[in-house]
Amino acid sequence: MKRTIHLTVNGREYSLEVEPRLLLAHLLRNHLDLTGTHIGCETSLCGACTVLVDGRAVKSCTLLAVQAEGREVTTIEGLAEGAGPDQLHPLQEAFWNEHGLQCGFCTPGMIMTAHQLLQDNAEPSEDEIRHGLDGNLCRCTGYQNIVRAVQSAAAEMRGR
Amino acid sequence: MMATTVPKQIGARIRRKEDPRLITGSSTYTDDLKLPGMLSMVLVRSPHAHARITEIDLSEAEGMDGVVAIVTGADLEGTVAGLPVAHNLEELKEPPHRPLSIDKVRYVGDAVAAVVAVDPSRARDAAERVHVGYESLEAVVDIEAATEDGSPLVHEEEGSNIAFEFPFLAGDVDEALLNADVVLRLRLMNQRQIPVALEPRSVIAQFDRGFGKITLWSSTQIPHLLRTQLAIGLGFPEHSIRVIAPEVGGGFGSKLNVYAEEFLAAHLARTLGRPVKWTADRSEGFLATTHGRDQLNDVEVGVDGEGRLLGMRVRMLQDLGAYHQLLTPAIPTLTVLMLPGCYRLPNLEVHLSGVFTNKTPTDAYRGAGRPEATFLIERVMDHIAAELDLDPAEVRRRNFIAADDFPATTATEVIYDSGDYQTALDRLLEIADYAGLRREQEERRARGEVMGIGLSTYVEICGMGPSAALPAGGWEACTVEVRRTGAVVVKTGISPHGQGQETTFAQIVADRLGVPIEAVEIAHGDTDYVPEGIGTFGSRGMAVGGAALSLALDTIRAKAKKFAAHLLEAHEEDIEYEGDRLGIKGAPDRFVTLEDVIGAAYLATDLPEGVEPGLAATHFFEPPNFTFPFGAHLCVVDIDPETGEPTLRRYVGVDDCGNVINPMIVDGQLHGGIAQGIAQALFEEAVYDRNGQLVTGTLMDYALPKASYLPNYELHRTTTPTPVNPLGAKGIGEAGTIGSTPCVINAIVDALSPYGVRHLEMPARPEKIWRAMGSGASE
Repeated sequence: MKRTIHLTVNGREYSLEVEPRLLLAHLLRNHLDLTGTHIGCETSLCGACTVLVDGRAVKSCTLLAVQAEGREVTTIEGLAEGAGPDQLHPLQEAFWNEHGLQCGFCTPGMIMTAHQLLQDNAEPSEDEIRHGLDGNLCRCTGYQNIVRAVQSAAAEMRGR
Repeated sequence: MMATTVPKQIGARIRRKEDPRLITGSSTYTDDLKLPGMLSMVLVRSPHAHARITEIDLSEAEGMDGVVAIVTGADLEGTVAGLPVAHNLEELKEPPHRPLSIDKVRYVGDAVAAVVAVDPSRARDAAERVHVGYESLEAVVDIEAATEDGSPLVHEEEGSNIAFEFPFLAGDVDEALLNADVVLRLRLMNQRQIPVALEPRSVIAQFDRGFGKITLWSSTQIPHLLRTQLAIGLGFPEHSIRVIAPEVGGGFGSKLNVYAEEFLAAHLARTLGRPVKWTADRSEGFLATTHGRDQLNDVEVGVDGEGRLLGMRVRMLQDLGAYHQLLTPAIPTLTVLMLPGCYRLPNLEVHLSGVFTNKTPTDAYRGAGRPEATFLIERVMDHIAAELDLDPAEVRRRNFIAADDFPATTATEVIYDSGDYQTALDRLLEIADYAGLRREQEERRARGEVMGIGLSTYVEICGMGPSAALPAGGWEACTVEVRRTGAVVVKTGISPHGQGQETTFAQIVADRLGVPIEAVEIAHGDTDYVPEGIGTFGSRGMAVGGAALSLALDTIRAKAKKFAAHLLEAHEEDIEYEGDRLGIKGAPDRFVTLEDVIGAAYLATDLPEGVEPGLAATHFFEPPNFTFPFGAHLCVVDIDPETGEPTLRRYVGVDDCGNVINPMIVDGQLHGGIAQGIAQALFEEAVYDRNGQLVTGTLMDYALPKASYLPNYELHRTTTPTPVNPLGAKGIGEAGTIGSTPCVINAIVDALSPYGVRHLEMPARPEKIWRAMGSGASE
């Protein structure tokens, strides 16, 4: 019944035996203890579980673990790549500076989606940011400071 | 020794201490925890709104792979008590609310069995094989129908669906309405909302046989109250229960409760001897986590020819849902208290009935009873303006409680602590250029465009609150420990879950003790580490919890001065404590630092007379009154005449929450609060069909606002400190939600006024707006 899969998560290679019905979100949380990826619904609407798969933002509850065979997955824990434990990605820094989070539950997914948004468009307008984040729900912030955080990170990343 | 100076932290925009763990995925929410040998619990829930349980067949499920135990309500009788309700009502019907129903199910989602298995998948598989026989009964869905004779009864043994009556009378409303120049009648439905904290509820229970101790991790706003209720519910000694609220992903009142799953997990962990985890999925959360609002008001209001309020009568029906949860019946009584709003209202008569229906229980949802009051009185203000052809700002001005009337006692016998409503409104009108907006509106209307301007001036009751007014106590506790290393550990009884008190409390400590903010650690949410507390709700974190912190810091400072006086061979009363320096008044070079004091306090080789070693203090703060934040909001809405689609073009607020510790966090609370209030006005509605099925039971159907649905908020402040607590801070968690809903509806009705529209029920969706424009009808 179980199948063996191989994938890379945050730069580390894994070979795991999983049930075919296991979702990537559950693989990350329950098998790899990467609990920074949160699960807020089961209908792929909240976006809390968003991770990067081969660099593209994907809701990890929409992918079976077996579909991640051979892929490279990045979670919030691995976003600030190659850095020390205190090093932050500009998006993480910007969410902190702009008070882009309150309870923090949506934050990892929000940052991952924003990451792709800025990969696709280095200088998005406010409207483009708001529409770009429509797949991720936040109940605490009213979004204004999230938008500011993405704008601020965009400026920082363009300057690099 | 050189003293360091610390820049002033109170009032500064300091980024949050809690964020580094949250932005890196290093925080631990309940469902992130894994304990050795941990089992998973899944509940079997009713698909019917109202049905008799004819049988529960566990045989197939019990034989399944990985299943450890299955319990039903009958198994718990005499072992696990019903869920609690706290209230101050004289009479209340309190039908049992069992963690697992035994005779009937009373709403879709009512639990009938708990399945425990080795992992969540197996527990879920087995739950699907629990066969429950139901005999379907007619569901009670409509609140007015529920009060009629002959209605099916949610709880037959009670003889009626009306759980309580709460009549209130001040003055003579008959006389006032008789003498009124104009009597207006309105019917306002405050539709049911679903809180949807983004982290679904989650519980883990563990039983330590050796110590005879239960530890419960729960996504809760009230670990201490939960501990007490678990002790009562399980018949277990309270001091042997530890409740931990780890990282909690939002609450908004929906985690201000004691839930069946908390009792069940604790009971099962104890009987099975292994840890038990339950985590709601979102659909389950929609059904089995409390909802909010759902209040119907029939209003009669009399005014004189100048638009001054003379008297108001309100018939209020509160939909309680199928059972009482912790504060279910208390919520609408807060509506009654706050009906006068910012205005002089000499005569008021209210008749509130709390009504059972076959729906999910209602309870606190951000604002909890006050948004309903503010919505009502702010709609009344705009009705008066429309009826008498006055500007809505002018009607408010004529009715405001004056700034020199504070403290002001309302018809509902509430004492407003401090306020200046006119100044807040004046500032708002100036900042938003109200006169200019009205001119613009005239021009646009001439061009056939549809534009509305909405106002709302609110006051709310928070900082909960005096213990006499709250069934579970309204004080807060705080311990401050200045450790030998110079670190300051604060243990607070509040249980923040996004409100940022790890930062704001640290700011207060930094200023008062002269330590860097990095040296301060705020501990909360663990009843073993912080033995006493009440929790985070009712915008009380700073106003009550912060006040307890302030008292503890007073004691620390006083003791530090004793040590300084001793070290400097001076009189205690001559010591000044500024920054981290404790020096002699008028002798700038004669001082010691806090570090010196800490050394003396813990070395204890040369103690001042009568002074104990150490530098720590615990205080309880009992607030003498609630606090009453207030403000004035304005929004501008454009409506597409072709589609009825409203666009919030501008949202401006002038809010007053007394003294502000961190303006960034206050603004953030307002942003989120306003967003939720806008969402009630425009998007969100829990819809049940006539069979009691929740039609809006997923995020696909329940319209939680997305980033592109919402505007930016332009926020300004006035500052009127409260005399109720030593910080002068009033609380800001709910104000935005309370102020914003009527503001948006007033704007939409204002936009539609040329079409003869006087009112529009929430949520004001495009179709409803478009139809109203077509028909000119007021419904």
